[in-house]
Amino acid sequence: MRFLLVEDNLELSNSVAARLRSDGHAVDQAGTLAEAGDCLAAAPYDLILLDIMLPDGDGRAFLADHRRAAKETPVIVMTARSAVSDRVDTLDTGADDYITKPFDFAELQARCRAVLRRRGGSGQILRRFGDLCFDPLAATVTIGTETRDLRSREARLMEIFLDAPGRILSKDYLLDRVFSFSEPVTDNAVEVQVGRLRKKLAGAQARIETLRGFGYRLTQ
Amino acid sequence: MTRPLSLRRRLVGQGMALALVLSLLIYGAVRIGAEQASQAALDEVLATAAAAMAEELRVAEGGVSLSIPPATLSMLAAMGDERIFYRVDLGAESLTGYDTLPLPPRAPGALAPEFFDAQFLGADLRLAAVARTLRIEGRAVTALVILGQTREGQRAIATRLANRAAGLGLALFLIAIPLSLLAARGLLRPIDSLAEAVERRGPRDLRPVRHPAPIELEPFVQALNSFIARLRGTLSQTETFIAEAAHHIRTPLAVMRNEAELALRGAQDETTRARLRHLIRAADDSARSAGQLLDHATVLYRSGQGEMARIDLSAIARAVAERLTPAAEMKDIEIVTRHDQSMFVEGDAVLIEAALRNLLENAVKYSDSEAVIEITSQRNGAMAEVLVEDRGRGLGGEDAARLARRFRRGGNVSDTVGSGLGLTIVMEAAAAMGGRFTLTERNGGGACAAFSLPLA
Repeated sequence: MRFLLVEDNLELSNSVAARLRSDGHAVDQAGTLAEAGDCLAAAPYDLILLDIMLPDGDGRAFLADHRRAAKETPVIVMTARSAVSDRVDTLDTGADDYITKPFDFAELQARCRAVLRRRGGSGQILRRFGDLCFDPLAATVTIGTETRDLRSREARLMEIFLDAPGRILSKDYLLDRVFSFSEPVTDNAVEVQVGRLRKKLAGAQARIETLRGFGYRLTQ
Repeated sequence: MTRPLSLRRRLVGQGMALALVLSLLIYGAVRIGAEQASQAALDEVLATAAAAMAEELRVAEGGVSLSIPPATLSMLAAMGDERIFYRVDLGAESLTGYDTLPLPPRAPGALAPEFFDAQFLGADLRLAAVARTLRIEGRAVTALVILGQTREGQRAIATRLANRAAGLGLALFLIAIPLSLLAARGLLRPIDSLAEAVERRGPRDLRPVRHPAPIELEPFVQALNSFIARLRGTLSQTETFIAEAAHHIRTPLAVMRNEAELALRGAQDETTRARLRHLIRAADDSARSAGQLLDHATVLYRSGQGEMARIDLSAIARAVAERLTPAAEMKDIEIVTRHDQSMFVEGDAVLIEAALRNLLENAVKYSDSEAVIEITSQRNGAMAEVLVEDRGRGLGGEDAARLARRFRRGGNVSDTVGSGLGLTIVMEAAAAMGGRFTLTERNGGGACAAFSLPLA
């Protein structure tokens, strides 16, 4: 997917962009509303991440202009103020969603998916591996003609495996990416999730291998 | 310091004292007037009778003759059953009547009768003396006619009039009681209605007092309004300050959290990974506390503003549930919503949103993975109610009111991150809109939070 990230704090912008890129997305960074305008004029985006307080204006005004111009690109507002009234305001101005800084990256992804799903989504982000077809927006896997629903964490796990097919992923790595940091979890929890995903993938040539002492790998 | 007497008592007391003085004055004036008028009438009769007697003095052969016409004396009896005394002197000689009847202090003139009071034979007398010059044997001799009458009749008239005056005064005084009560009420009505208007506002209402006040009370109203304005200013500054602080804390926290997550992905060493996880949790902790402090300040600030509108409570509940769904999905928690109808309440959307969001965040936080949280909007009597029910760890036997105390956290949550402000926010938001918040143990484990507002 192609993201436009509008954020004036360069450090934050760089770190969010780095994380989005590490997930395989294309990211353009804009530090001001003017730059954001230039980027929008030059290329189509799947999603805009917009900060509210920018040096050359209020992100909400930009949002209102964007909506008036009947641009369909969904917008997720990143707010640091978290004032209740700001949130109500933001959604009134036409943002599809908002997320309060600092945010869990998995939550940002979940919100992006939810927004894209609400907007009708695009079929182009279907991901295939062997005889397996994963739809991250709908959180479904299709094997042959059979489509199965995945729970949220199963879908996250599926996505992580698809990002690195054939690579060995350690339990710790999966633990940090699938579970939120605020919940107390054990290594066992990863085994449970992997076990469930395996069941959902039953019958496909693609499968998740256990490499005792190392972790898991998606192979076919 | 003793409390000054109530204005109402003062006004009634002063009104009645005034009425008493007026009544006494009227009584005194009427009494004196009646005395004088009745005496004047008596004097007139006495003078006329005495003059008539003097007219009847005839110089006859060898002396003076006097025949008293009966009409004259019957005139005297007009005032009542009186005794009449007279004395006629001719020169230095007493001619007829009581020769011991007192003489006037001054000799009467030829035309002007002289009146005086005297004691005679144990009776109070009013006397009139008239002088007439007779020519006897070529000499001018002064004849003095003194006519006196007891005063019982006159006094009786005066007393009767005075008694009427006393009755009048008493009636006036009695009428003055309800009148002064009425006057006090009329005078105090603007004060009472202003006091009532101020009282009705409640401690959180920070709108300026717009109630019409008489000019004398204007300084108080102005002082009150300027205090309210200052308080609002302070609260709003606090809100701005916290918002700014939150902004300045959250942006670097976001950088820190992102970087830590990125580092965590690359880190191989288990100790480093554990440290990075701690770092992320601490960042979340700070961010959430900053958010709740701001929410709390917002609730305090807005609950004084009274920006109430007709709002569909179940629509807000739906929106909040939808908003928190991605966060809940992170833990595979399912949020089940049951909203059968729209429920309109008088409220502030911002406060309701803050309350419901904190409730639901709490439920998500304290629920295990793959749990179900139920949100139900329903009518309960005259209240619109939103129930948030979870299967979390419940209240741990603690009292809901205690848990809702500022910075107070349950004894069973030491393993999760929290500021202890969440329930306070909910409770204060409910109180600000005349609503109710209860937290109970749910049958079968977990907590049931009920946030209700009066139906509009």
